[in-house]
Amino acid sequence: NEAGGARGQSYVTMEYMDVEAAASVNSPTVLCCECGTPIPPNPSGMCVACLRSRVDITEGVTKQGVLHFCKGCDRYLQPPAYWVACSLESRELLALCLKRVKGLDRVHLVDARFIWTEPHSKRIKVKLTVQKEVLGSTILEQMFVVEFIVHYQMCDDCRRRDASDFWRAVVQIRQKTSEKKTFFYLEQLMLKHNAHANTLRIKEQHGGLDFFYGSKQDARRLVDFLLSVVPCRYKTSQQLISHDVRSNVYNYKHTFAVEIVPLAKDCIACLPSATAKAFGNISPVVVCVKVATAVQLIDPSSLKMAEISQSAFWRHPFGSLCSSKDLVEYIVLEVEPVRFPGYSVAAARPAHKFLLAEVCVVKSSEIGLPGSQRYCRTHLGHLLKPGDMVMGYDVANSNVNDENISKLREDQIPELVLVKKSYGEKRKRRQKRVWRLKHLPKESDDIAGSDSMDHDYDEFLADLEEDSSLRQTVNIYKDPARLKRLKQGVPPPVGEDAEENLPQISLAEMLDDLCLDDSDSETMT
Amino acid sequence: RLRKSEMAVRVQFENSSEVGVFSKLTNTYCLVGIGASASFYSTFEGELGESIPVVPITIAGCRIVGRMCIGNRHGLLVPSSTTDHELQHIRNALPDEVQIRRVEERLSALGNVISCNDYVALAHPDLDRETEEILADVMKVEVFRHTIADNVLVGSYCVFSNQGGLVHPQTPVTDQDELSSLLQVPLMAGTINRGSSVLGAGMVVNDWSAFCGLATTSTELSVVESVFKLGDLGQSAVAGALRTSLVESMT
Repeated sequence: NEAGGARGQSYVTMEYMDVEAAASVNSPTVLCCECGTPIPPNPSGMCVACLRSRVDITEGVTKQGVLHFCKGCDRYLQPPAYWVACSLESRELLALCLKRVKGLDRVHLVDARFIWTEPHSKRIKVKLTVQKEVLGSTILEQMFVVEFIVHYQMCDDCRRRDASDFWRAVVQIRQKTSEKKTFFYLEQLMLKHNAHANTLRIKEQHGGLDFFYGSKQDARRLVDFLLSVVPCRYKTSQQLISHDVRSNVYNYKHTFAVEIVPLAKDCIACLPSATAKAFGNISPVVVCVKVATAVQLIDPSSLKMAEISQSAFWRHPFGSLCSSKDLVEYIVLEVEPVRFPGYSVAAARPAHKFLLAEVCVVKSSEIGLPGSQRYCRTHLGHLLKPGDMVMGYDVANSNVNDENISKLREDQIPELVLVKKSYGEKRKRRQKRVWRLKHLPKESDDIAGSDSMDHDYDEFLADLEEDSSLRQTVNIYKDPARLKRLKQGVPPPVGEDAEENLPQISLAEMLDDLCLDDSDSETMT
Repeated sequence: RLRKSEMAVRVQFENSSEVGVFSKLTNTYCLVGIGASASFYSTFEGELGESIPVVPITIAGCRIVGRMCIGNRHGLLVPSSTTDHELQHIRNALPDEVQIRRVEERLSALGNVISCNDYVALAHPDLDRETEEILADVMKVEVFRHTIADNVLVGSYCVFSNQGGLVHPQTPVTDQDELSSLLQVPLMAGTINRGSSVLGAGMVVNDWSAFCGLATTSTELSVVESVFKLGDLGQSAVAGALRTSLVESMT
């Protein structure tokens, strides 16, 4: 195989030597200066065998190498830290092997292919063909075999999966209320922002959630996320596990204890007098409207709103007066909006969607009984009409144990606070729902208290339906089964009246559900 | 004349295998460059001393006498850079039959541009007309302008004596045939000094002896002996075949 290349060099290959073909019309045959065999002339004057015996162009190239392979996930290591999944005798594996061969930059690589080896022999053989210039202007081509030994090594992901019980840092989120609505909201936020990446485990505890991490930085990241979405404060602590005396390395288990404000939406609280005065002298008994980055409270009697930031809350903390279990259902008899010149827009922000109204209500359980009508001021004037059902707290008849409220005078405490409108039976609402949410994968030890959990969860879903601003912060997915039933026109359940003003979520707001992906970080209900 | 067994000898000039650079060998005399040690000279002296004069010289102060001058039994041409003193020394040492002439030539390395034996010479295609005439006159040769393997330095890439010749290994067979008919000697393509294709610099030869560089392999040496008909090899098969075809073409 003789070819005068562009550089005027002649190639001497190892593949074959066809003397007759080479000594064609005009090429003379000279004798190899070493061994005397007739060869076509080349710049070195020697036949291929003699050249090869003098010069080995594969001298600098490593003939053995090591490949690391993870048995758990069938991946090969590409240093420094990237694991690539490839099958035997594949292109990616060939690229990986070539990267591991040192000394290839000095020769010109022409061909590379695999030689078959037994799959369980832990050997991978690659046949390389290289070219190099020798003795002036001759290019010599040579084939050789590089052998790789496969070592088993566990990759980081498998190690992490194996060591799910081994954690370095834990974030313990607690909220000192009996309601769980904030946690449901938090869960949806975390799913939306994927703040739960890198957790080893999520465990449900009494009063909150525990997130376990492999490193302190990941836990720190979650804590930062929490600080930005809900009002909370945290404390850190660490426990020494082991100590290497020689290299002075200390191994700790870190704990971040995060405490969320004990208020939830639709609960009432009593502000300390200083705080009440600071917000324009509003009535101390306030209804909590929204718990997001700051706590929004509204005074039902004067419609003044107070927004307490995270740090301000923790300087003068206060708790809620009554929990959602104490909510009582009332029926509205009369609604009369209040318009008075004393209603000022100064100091507190005007409540643009709320309407102050005087209502006359009667407890659902006491309807018909004489003397059971109650009058009160409420901020829900925009929602209520006679005949509606309202949930509220009967403050006068309830036994609250709060230091702030005990300091108040009698006339400062309202006897009745209406909190939210009730839209009908829960069962009907549940059946009309054609959407659902995703959940975090969490373990829980105790199944006690699951009834109240369901109740809270229903309340949370109802909140989502009612409040569009809350909806925008979470991902809502279509429920295909229920949608199908709706389209098929399944006869509505017994006893339903035409409730046209049930708050619904439009289909446009729902996300198309990505049907059961095999990512193990999200489960569907 | 009593001659030793004809053969090719390996020799080195101060650790260089390029014998043809430092010496010029003809049938009636031998010129040798002056080296630091006398081993080069003494080798020639030992081989040839009884038959022909071996003269240590310099040309223009240089030891590369083989490439500077060109000669055969009839004459010797030296470049214009040769000093009078050197010329006188050569004239004194050489036999009287040898005419010595100093030539004015642009291509002053005469040994590189001209290759000759006692009857015919190959010259660089760009050689001066005047030099060609002097060549024909002084050395009594017929001059042919030709290239060897597309290379104009015919003195470097081809060596021939009255018996045979060696050309650049990549000379095409047709060229070889053409040259062979011009020069009237059998030609062969080969290498010298372990694969070097610069034959003129690697060896010197006359009708009964040849001197090659120390790096020459035995294969090359056997080729040299066969084509120049030295030693016991005499007529090798290759040279014999060419000779037969030559004879046929001549008659």
